Amino acid sequence: MTIRIPPDVIDVLLGTRPDDTLDTLRSLRPATREHTQRSFEALFQPVDESHIGLAERYAIAVFVAALHKDVRLTEFYAAGLGDHPALLSAVRSAADAGQAEGPYGSYREAGLQAENQEGLTFQVGTAGRDALGTRLAAALDHAHRLVFHPRDSRPEALEALIAAGWDTDGIVTLSQLIAFLTFQIRVVSGLLTLAETLPLTHPTEASS
Amino acid sequence: MTDTVTTYPHLDRPERFTAAQIGWVPWLTPLPVEEFTDRHWAGVVDRSRAASPYFALLARDPEILAARTTTDKDIFYNTTGGLPRAERELAATATSRENGCVFCASVHARFAGHYAKRTDDVQLLLDEGVTAPLDERWSAIVAASVALAATPVRFSAEHIHRLRAAGLEDSEIIDVINGSSFFNWANRLMLSLGEPENPAEG
Repeated sequence: MTIRIPPDVIDVLLGTRPDDTLDTLRSLRPATREHTQRSFEALFQPVDESHIGLAERYAIAVFVAALHKDVRLTEFYAAGLGDHPALLSAVRSAADAGQAEGPYGSYREAGLQAENQEGLTFQVGTAGRDALGTRLAAALDHAHRLVFHPRDSRPEALEALIAAGWDTDGIVTLSQLIAFLTFQIRVVSGLLTLAETLPLTHPTEASS
Repeated sequence: MTDTVTTYPHLDRPERFTAAQIGWVPWLTPLPVEEFTDRHWAGVVDRSRAASPYFALLARDPEILAARTTTDKDIFYNTTGGLPRAERELAATATSRENGCVFCASVHARFAGHYAKRTDDVQLLLDEGVTAPLDERWSAIVAASVALAATPVRFSAEHIHRLRAAGLEDSEIIDVINGSSFFNWANRLMLSLGEPENPAEG
């Protein structure tokens, strides 16, 4: 068997074991598996932390996963905030206040106005803003829009981030982070759902 | 100072979902090509992509751009086994239609229509949305993509049973999951960092 170092995060989240059915199915797409892992590493083991720090990344990840009501991913990222219990608590409270069902939002396109759907426009509350700071609170406001109602995106949302202290490079990474998480959460959810429909075919183990 | 937001008050915008070729303009400043280092060139993967405002903007974080691009290419272009390209593009189009990304939908509607030779069905999906009447195999792929696009995710064993009943192998179902999930990533970047425009006439 191949031991991947560092371990493949999606395999860890799925509980994949070498040569079980999900491992076999994932191994049909080795490049997808490898580059999905590289994407995680690019965001959570960054070369350059100067525009967005690691604790900020984990805080945003907890928020995004919690908005998806995905306990597995929420707790995985929460473990990255072990040294920041007050921050983690503030992020969890913000996510509780931000629950919704997406996608919704309004189109700018004239011919699509009949498809507009109302929904929550979220802003971190005053207490949360004090705990998170202006910069991270603005990031969570932005993350909420991207998760639930990305078609409400307008240039003004980026103005708000800049006013809160984000620079262009930081907004690019922030956007990639939120968007990647919506991908990762769906891959894990989709594969777990597939696994539930499969007969259990863990390989026979010698004696353990 | 590059930390400014660009708006386009007089942009000629598409009015609805379309399979026509449209453009995309950025709200933030792409990295100027003269500022590209080896790290940025590695990020765009294909050097020609530096001419695209979308990729030149994303090049500001080259490591995640490179990883994203190589993930994208394998999910959509590696047709060794698994789902035909046309149906991966269908999953991308349905996801983009559901999330509301007019630009993403236009690109992948063209691919889906071209590879499947079913431009009328793809146009129906664009015009009527994700409940458009399609054959059972395509409807199963669209329904699975829509359930994956929901937040919280609504994808369930029922979607998998329907895909299997429509003739998909499990390896093909993984391609649907990957293709649709990937467009949740792509749609959010395209929608939040810029907007579509009609090409200049002539």
